[in-house]
Amino acid sequence: MTDTAHAGHLETATGLDNRKLAIWTFIGSECLFFATLISNYLVHKETWLTGPGPFPHDAWTSPAGKVFEPIIEIPLVTLGTALLLFSSLFVVLALANAQRGNRKGLLLWLGLTLLCGVFFVGMQVYEFTHFVHKGLTLKTNLFGGSFFVLTGFHGTHVTIGVIWLFTLWIEAFRGKIPPAKSLNLEIAALYWHFVDVVWVVIFPVVYLIK
Amino acid sequence: MDAHATSAEHERSHPSVGVYVRIGLVLFVLTALEVGLYEFTYGGHAGPAGAAIQPFFVPLLLLLSAGKFALVAMFYMHLKQDHRLFTGVFVFPLIIATVLILGLVVLEAYHFAFARAG
Repeated sequence: MTDTAHAGHLETATGLDNRKLAIWTFIGSECLFFATLISNYLVHKETWLTGPGPFPHDAWTSPAGKVFEPIIEIPLVTLGTALLLFSSLFVVLALANAQRGNRKGLLLWLGLTLLCGVFFVGMQVYEFTHFVHKGLTLKTNLFGGSFFVLTGFHGTHVTIGVIWLFTLWIEAFRGKIPPAKSLNLEIAALYWHFVDVVWVVIFPVVYLIK
Repeated sequence: MDAHATSAEHERSHPSVGVYVRIGLVLFVLTALEVGLYEFTYGGHAGPAGAAIQPFFVPLLLLLSAGKFALVAMFYMHLKQDHRLFTGVFVFPLIIATVLILGLVVLEAYHFAFARAG
């Protein structure tokens, strides 16, 4: 079948639901947006105003004698990554329940998705605070600038996703997401998965590759 | 078209819950492999075997990352089942994005080498 009609919507020239095509077009544009940020990071990560060094993975002493301790916390970020991946699983389970009209299942899995999203944002807030206390800010050097811009924009996307999914959770709680309206959740889920796949790229590029 | 019938048909076109769970487990294992690879190459458990892996570390990591990306896009984002136009709308900018990243990194590497050579 075509996706025309997720019910109650007008037929379109393509035979596809306009909202779904719109979110995919938006996701396509977001690919280019994040590509510029990732390129910016890769180009600048070893361009130091204070000189080259293995920091942030290993300790480094600048020519001026300032000691920079390693600040990347792989275990914490790995946990955040795993939870973000699980949230993608949870949101598709929520969608499957929405399509079957199982409100309790929808609320449960969507709630778990939200918890994972909130944990991830909390992890990033903690990480940023930790980095700033260790002396790495947006202005410290080009690594700091490109790192905070890349991960910060991703975190902003996650936050927007959490807010979006929370509004849908409230809608579901009120019983306003029947199977016929499950496309509303599917569109939000597509955005959420995109945020997840962007992190799938950012995690090794920023945290694992020295 | 009846709304419930439409939804049911659409649901049938999506993978089953079992497939979603299996993909989730594969994603978890791939992430564990990424972190394990880092630990045994550069992390706290690095040893002689890690040193042997070092030349392949980045390609292996990117391969694992690409695998995870493809699994999420194909199964969780339903590109495997949905209309091909959605795949086109997503993959075309993705190709441009990849070329952009590779192009800039190569250009920077060339510039860096050239600057060093004096």
